[in-house]
Amino acid sequence: MATDQLTHEVRGATATGGRTSRRWRLDDRYLPVLGTLVVLVAMLAIGGSRYENFLTGRVLANLLINNSFLVVLAVGMTFVILTGGIDLSVGAVVALSTCVSAWMLTHGWPAVVAIPAAVLVGTVIGLAVGVMVHVFEIQPFIATLAAMFLARGLCYLVAPESIPITDPTIVALARTRWGTEDGLVLTPSGLIALVVVAAAFVLLHYTRFGRTVYAIGGGEQSARLMGLPVARTKVLVYVISGTCAGLGGLLFSIFSRSGYALTGVGMELDAIAAVVIGGTLLTGGSGFVLGSVLGVLVLGLIQTAITFEGTLSSWWTKIVIGGLLLVFVVLQRLLALRRT
Amino acid sequence: MTDTQTATGTVTLDEARPVVTMTGISIGFPGVKALDGVDFRLFPGEVHALMGENGAGKSTLIKALTGVYQVDAGTVEVDGAPVTFTGPAQAQAAGISTVYQEVNLCDNLSVAENIMLGHEVRRFGVVDWPATRRAAREHLRTLDLDLDPRSQLSSHSLAVQQLVAISRAMVVDARVLVLDEPTSSLDADEVARLFDVVRGLRDRGVAILFVSHFLEQVYALSDRMTVLRNGTLVGEYRTADLPRVELVQKMIGRSLEVLERLEESPKPVIAARDDTRPYLQALGLGRKGSIEPFDLDVYAGEVVGLAGLLGSGRTELARLLYGADHADRGEVRVEGKPVRLRTPRAALGHKIVYSSESRKTEGIIADLTVRENIVLGLQAERGWLRRVPRRKADEVVATYVEALGIRPANPDAMAGNLSGGNQQKVLLARWLATQPRLLLLDEPTRGIDVGAKAEIQRLVADLAAQGMAVVFISAELEEVLRLSHRIAVLRDRRKVAELVNTDDVTTDDVVDLIASAVPADALADGPGAGGTAATTADVVTTEDVDVLRKGDRA
Amino acid sequence: MNALQTVVRHRLFWPLVALLVLVVASALKSPTFLEITVRDGHLFGGPIDILRRSSVLLLVALGMTLVIATRGIDLSVGAVMAIAGAVALTQIAAAPDPGSLTTVVSAIGAALVIALLIGLFNGFLVAVVGIQPIIATLVLMTAGRGIAMLITGGNITTVTSQPFKTLASGYWLSLPVAALIAGAFFVATALVTRRTALGVLIESVGINPSASRLAGVRARTIIWTVYVVCALFACVAGFIRSADTMAADANNIGLFIELDAILAVVIGGTSLAGGKFSLTGTLVGTLVITTLTLSITILGIPANAVSLFKALVVIAVCLLQSPVVQHRMRARRRRTAPVPVEVPA
Repeated sequence: MATDQLTHEVRGATATGGRTSRRWRLDDRYLPVLGTLVVLVAMLAIGGSRYENFLTGRVLANLLINNSFLVVLAVGMTFVILTGGIDLSVGAVVALSTCVSAWMLTHGWPAVVAIPAAVLVGTVIGLAVGVMVHVFEIQPFIATLAAMFLARGLCYLVAPESIPITDPTIVALARTRWGTEDGLVLTPSGLIALVVVAAAFVLLHYTRFGRTVYAIGGGEQSARLMGLPVARTKVLVYVISGTCAGLGGLLFSIFSRSGYALTGVGMELDAIAAVVIGGTLLTGGSGFVLGSVLGVLVLGLIQTAITFEGTLSSWWTKIVIGGLLLVFVVLQRLLALRRT
Repeated sequence: MTDTQTATGTVTLDEARPVVTMTGISIGFPGVKALDGVDFRLFPGEVHALMGENGAGKSTLIKALTGVYQVDAGTVEVDGAPVTFTGPAQAQAAGISTVYQEVNLCDNLSVAENIMLGHEVRRFGVVDWPATRRAAREHLRTLDLDLDPRSQLSSHSLAVQQLVAISRAMVVDARVLVLDEPTSSLDADEVARLFDVVRGLRDRGVAILFVSHFLEQVYALSDRMTVLRNGTLVGEYRTADLPRVELVQKMIGRSLEVLERLEESPKPVIAARDDTRPYLQALGLGRKGSIEPFDLDVYAGEVVGLAGLLGSGRTELARLLYGADHADRGEVRVEGKPVRLRTPRAALGHKIVYSSESRKTEGIIADLTVRENIVLGLQAERGWLRRVPRRKADEVVATYVEALGIRPANPDAMAGNLSGGNQQKVLLARWLATQPRLLLLDEPTRGIDVGAKAEIQRLVADLAAQGMAVVFISAELEEVLRLSHRIAVLRDRRKVAELVNTDDVTTDDVVDLIASAVPADALADGPGAGGTAATTADVVTTEDVDVLRKGDRA
Repeated sequence: MNALQTVVRHRLFWPLVALLVLVVASALKSPTFLEITVRDGHLFGGPIDILRRSSVLLLVALGMTLVIATRGIDLSVGAVMAIAGAVALTQIAAAPDPGSLTTVVSAIGAALVIALLIGLFNGFLVAVVGIQPIIATLVLMTAGRGIAMLITGGNITTVTSQPFKTLASGYWLSLPVAALIAGAFFVATALVTRRTALGVLIESVGINPSASRLAGVRARTIIWTVYVVCALFACVAGFIRSADTMAADANNIGLFIELDAILAVVIGGTSLAGGKFSLTGTLVGTLVITTLTLSITILGIPANAVSLFKALVVIAVCLLQSPVVQHRMRARRRRTAPVPVEVPA
């Protein structure tokens, strides 16, 4: 009879109860993320043993720097997916953001205006999506699909052709590197990505808003009956995702130094894949933003490894990502089955 | 705080000012008027029971009070001031907290979070988790619950989750606590503890609105009651002034004689059964972690009752016989021939059907019409290629709508819009239309009104008399005794006894079989069995408690 | 008043209005738009053009409708089209006689077998392993194009084969073959789902999978079937699309068609939450999307703005169909003319 929690002596259990079977169940939530970490480490180890110069600081630093925009997108996507939604608009919003900043900079606006504007474009589209999803009860898939078309369409209006960015601030941001030439380096983009990750972590785990995000993913009806601000939170996650996409667009324009309507086609799928590989369940309520970062790094590493291999054609990237996605979702499913 | 003698209350309520006054409340849904001009008052420091059959409008009234539904007409006043809640959050802000029948918490979060969500202790704008957990533990302690606040909610039994939900309701310092069937998944001790807590809250001046199907609990706890029937107000009474029989009459609106006639059907005559060969024979059938291997024979023309506590393996046994779960050992013979029941479809092929206890999630297809729902079993049997012809479908549907008294008698009505009892009848019609030889009924009378219940009981008896084999599962022991020829008793996922239901078998005998060994088993049996027993004891329901209590009294 | 209400409240009302507005606008701008002329015994003109161009999307959307009705979604259809085109055209290109009917038939057969395997794979992940459809099909959406590239070796294979080309640009009985194929598939799907019990069983599985299984419905088989059907339909769509250009462009065949197909289904009133589906609705949705693209050129809107325009129409239709707006409109009507409420039984 003593196995039940009702009679279980828990005074001081925080210190001593760590090895009970119940504590092990708690760890289950971290298993997918641990899996991603294992894959990442294994890929690094295999890559390091196969190719020279693979495990150098430069390669590792570039992994973060070259994928900084994707990290930011994946962070935003994590919020949405945690509530059980999805955001298909982020790729198009990235493009719109690059177009808007490029257009503004070439039309005489200073960088101090253009840079926030590029981010705010995403915020506004995210807000529109949030309103569609929450107020008009349009399914997230459709609402964000509409937003995707909208953003792409606006891109062509703003910038029918690729606009190069020559603004000194952007160029400076693109050129700045901290650290040694051969060792680990950090760029402003990489730093921004890290700050976004840290902010998202605090937001998700140390604020009421963040916990409400998880609660909605666990059960929207329950969350509503618990008196949580479901409406506000649901709109906000799309605003966050949109803002992240806007910021991702800014990072991408720093990376590419141009604004182009065809930027980021299919980027939303990379972001979703990264989130899923990072261990977040698409049903919502379970996952971690740090997992999504690991997911992005895994995707980046696949690309790096295929570049290093040299003989492999580029389409292998897609096949490997698809395969990895398959392995991860099947494993997650098996894990979920074991839990029940 | 724990004085159980104050059960019927001594406060002179009428002199106090009501904390909640609802006047002329009307709420309509498409095609249904759920509430029609209902008045309701709730005073501080009272436990007020809201009584009525299923579909009487109890939950609608509660949802009107807690802001889940908007009223079409009427006013809601809190402390004399009119209010319009547009959501539970607003109701909570006004001091009205609710604990629902189904645990409405987030099982992906920890216990502490579920209690404190929205009320976390914050420092410098961020959640102070250690302090929040401490606060959660304090709240749990007021309920005598000693849980690890860090543990995930999903790792606890339903009963514990329900108590966590109550802890949560108390976090907001509610002036009105609404308890909507809070005891349906608690065992006797847990109910007693809950009642202690509720009485304590009442003595502190909290107004408590209590809904329960269990009359005993209502009489043990409430001071006053409001009775609803068919969305209208029947009246408001002092619990002490209203005898049970009168209450039941007011709830169902029928005279006592009719009730007695319904309740008093004689024990079944065993002669009807065809003794030559069992229709279905289970030999050492079992499934790991679900039910231990068991033998069971079911003869044509007899009703075999399954008695046992919730979680004793009743449903699991029936699901194995239907192929809804895979047996991993043993065999099933139908009319002497070994068969493999790997899927429900396979069982259907052997004329075995199963009506699940979860009507909403495993029975009715809510967005299909009554016709489509009734024909579904027949259609599944024929396969997708051979559609049941429209004329035949209409015939079958008309027959069963008439025979079972399905209301509304409209085959094109959406099944989801029917009342619980009528949905149950639709399900029965679905199975009877396939002309089964063996009918597995899992809790067919749960949560439906007395009238429909009696009709279903009579139907089961008639079907057996006509030669159908029936396995009947019910948490209500009296019902099992009234209907069954034989009773198989289950305990801790194991069939422990089988008795022929002769006239001298009483509920006490069955209760002894079910109950005697529950604690003993956990102590005396091997280590493996001990674990199972503990988890089973966890999910003892009040229905079972009710049974046990009745046994005690007799 | 009441009849009007019924019409306005019909779920296809707003999509049909959108279609009508587009057609009328096009006809006003280009008076010859609605004219149908006969040239070489073939019909030409705006409406015929719409039908011909709708064929690919209709095929994909039909399969998608069935998948969505079971609570699923198939993101891999575009990749399936690319693979179908790649397999068929590389086979034809490798054959000694690209122009012969046998070559074309065997190439088509090979591609259909591959599509069948893809459908089985998707169905296996969803129905047996129990992975959410959106993620299960995302696997092949991502990897599928890579596989198509693998088949074509990264080249855009161009071939000449008259029989294959007929699929896209041929005429039969003075009507475009592509439209006839799509039409035939539409009629066949409608017949098979509505004349047999398949339709109602799909809906039953979509509304409540576990109850359906317990009712004896072979839910798993049905789910598996719709993914196979969806892949096969996408494969046929891939033939038509690749026959249009006679080039196996693995990167671009069927790119983003899954989104258009899902839109067509949703505009047609089938809920992404599964359950009741309407093939007619999907047809209307497909026509709306095709006409939209076509009328943009006629109306002189720059081609670049296609997606902007599409977004506006989609948002408008979705908003008008959304339960909230419908409810508000109904509430307003109720205030002016109260509808008697039925007494519960």
